[in-house]
Amino acid sequence: MTADLQAASDVLTRQDLLRYYRVMRTVREFEERLHIEFATGEIPGFVHLYAGEEAIAAGVCANLRDDDYIASTHRGHGHAIAKGCDVRGMMAEIYGKATGICRGKGGSMHIADLAVGMLGANGIVGGGPPLVCGVGLKARVTGTDQVAVSFTGDGGSNQGTFLESLNLAAVWNLPTIFVVENNGYAEATSPMFHQAGIEIAKRADGFGLPGAVVDGHDFFAVYEATREAVERARSGGGPSLIECKVLRYYGHFEGDQQTYRDPDEVPDARANKDCLLLFERRVTGDGLVGADELRAIDGEIATLIDEAVAEAKRAPEPALDAVLADVYVSY
Amino acid sequence: MTRKITYQQAINEALAQEMRRDPTVVVFGEDVAGGMGTDQEKDAWGGVLGVTKGLWPEFPDRVLDTPISESAYIGAAAGAASAGLRPVAELMFVDFMGVCFDQIFNQAAKFRYMFGGKAETPMVIRTMYGAGIRAASQHSQSLYPLFTHIPGLKVVLPSTPYDAKGLLIQAIRDNDPVIFFEHKVLYTMQGEVPEEAYVVPFGEAAVVREGDDVTIVALGRMVHMAAEAADTLAAEGVSCEVIDPRTTSPLDEETILESVERTGRLVVVDEAGPRCGMAADIASLVATRAFEFLRAPIRTVTPPHTPVPFSPVLEDVYVPDAACVTEAVRSVTVRQFT
Repeated sequence: MTADLQAASDVLTRQDLLRYYRVMRTVREFEERLHIEFATGEIPGFVHLYAGEEAIAAGVCANLRDDDYIASTHRGHGHAIAKGCDVRGMMAEIYGKATGICRGKGGSMHIADLAVGMLGANGIVGGGPPLVCGVGLKARVTGTDQVAVSFTGDGGSNQGTFLESLNLAAVWNLPTIFVVENNGYAEATSPMFHQAGIEIAKRADGFGLPGAVVDGHDFFAVYEATREAVERARSGGGPSLIECKVLRYYGHFEGDQQTYRDPDEVPDARANKDCLLLFERRVTGDGLVGADELRAIDGEIATLIDEAVAEAKRAPEPALDAVLADVYVSY
Repeated sequence: MTRKITYQQAINEALAQEMRRDPTVVVFGEDVAGGMGTDQEKDAWGGVLGVTKGLWPEFPDRVLDTPISESAYIGAAAGAASAGLRPVAELMFVDFMGVCFDQIFNQAAKFRYMFGGKAETPMVIRTMYGAGIRAASQHSQSLYPLFTHIPGLKVVLPSTPYDAKGLLIQAIRDNDPVIFFEHKVLYTMQGEVPEEAYVVPFGEAAVVREGDDVTIVALGRMVHMAAEAADTLAAEGVSCEVIDPRTTSPLDEETILESVERTGRLVVVDEAGPRCGMAADIASLVATRAFEFLRAPIRTVTPPHTPVPFSPVLEDVYVPDAACVTEAVRSVTVRQFT
């Protein structure tokens, strides 16, 4: 047993492991199915798939409570599912239907549900970090031990908002965690062309924060790093930065031909570094969970996603007068 | 019980009273406490013009200085509002909005609509606007039309101490994001203000003067130019109705239209630029909804389409004054459709 799994297994029960596997499998199935459905042309707009990065959303959110918050990115489906957003409502939202989690007003890039602490996927790169500073301030002012996490890509880590928020969170000592999902490309641009410095996590040094680099394919590594950061935040120790190195399986958006990538990159990652594969190998190898239990979850999730897609396709369009609804709060 | 206080004191009093009433109201911005961490001075600045002075000693946990990082702290206001606070963020000069526009118009303004009505963002951004203190192009703009253009934001322009207090209390209690524009030249203006808390509702114009011959719609500081012009014109036998919309979003269209339907003439006085500004917007409203009542061409009084100049002689010629308004009113009373 490796050190991080050993540490995790001190606190993770069998039920926990099954739950986190379920989250990762749900995200994977959701994304693989969207990849197929998008190609049919039935889904409006564009979608940005998270497949390959599931261990990060699952490993981070495993440490969060319902009353904690996250702010997400363009690539937000995985974060939303891991934070507890309704999967059927999300699918209907992506189809733009009245039954969608945002009533068809947001779409893939703006899935949000404040009731479960999901402050929204975000159509603006770097939009999220300032928002979590606000949540951290709320916790501080009202005396709760809530924490707030922003997910940002390697591209977003170059926005001023990201660096300003690290500084503000440090100055105000806010219970916030800045997770960078370094998936290898800022849209289509590799770090070779957009990232100065060796590691994004090292930018934390400049603000006097702890910065960690972890393998974003490894649920347990993400889980452990986040656990430490959440404990620090909840106990008044302030913000942290965690850089997760990972590969995304699909393009920046669906339909992206990915001419900027080595064609072997994704097949190699899928065969050797896939987060679900790594998770299964480790939990079954250590005898913590049976492979049959995981296959049972796979079957349940496949059914859930089938039903979610079928329901979304059948769901009613929004009423036309909804175009004017909810600009302002009504009194 | 009313007494006379300044526009600046009215704003300070509104903040203090709402902070006492509601523990979720927080105030933050650059220098809003100012010096709170130093040994010598416990409440040094209260913002560059002292508007928040005295708040930090009373509410040390809820008045926070920020780095000069408008994107981060304006976005933090949006996040805090989403999570249950009522933040009042001070953005020193509206000219600095450029660096944090995303957090205002893509984040705060959009949450409610984009999340299917399930989000509330009860935040206020207080900011200073307007020419008149020789502060040149980067500290003198009147950018309220930019925010009026964005659905989801409410935009407030108090022209008197009374309105400043009542509109700010409404803004803090309002569950939408509000941009509150304070004219730097009006801070020292005195006026009668009740001591108790009260609200001035949004979307209800004030009829500053009643009149029969011409409707003058004036915004912010320009209300006073219009009132001065109305006094001059009254002596000449011209009766002006002066309307202060007080909020540009929502805009009280009915009061404006009803007035023009009676007077048949409209002059709009606006310190914002002439292109895509409030004067153009209100002129368009009347031209499209009350054209048949017009007895003369609509006139707008605005600065020229140019950055605000530094030189005192140039700035003085840039800002519309009462004489500009008087001349415009005379022109619409002389010219008349047959």
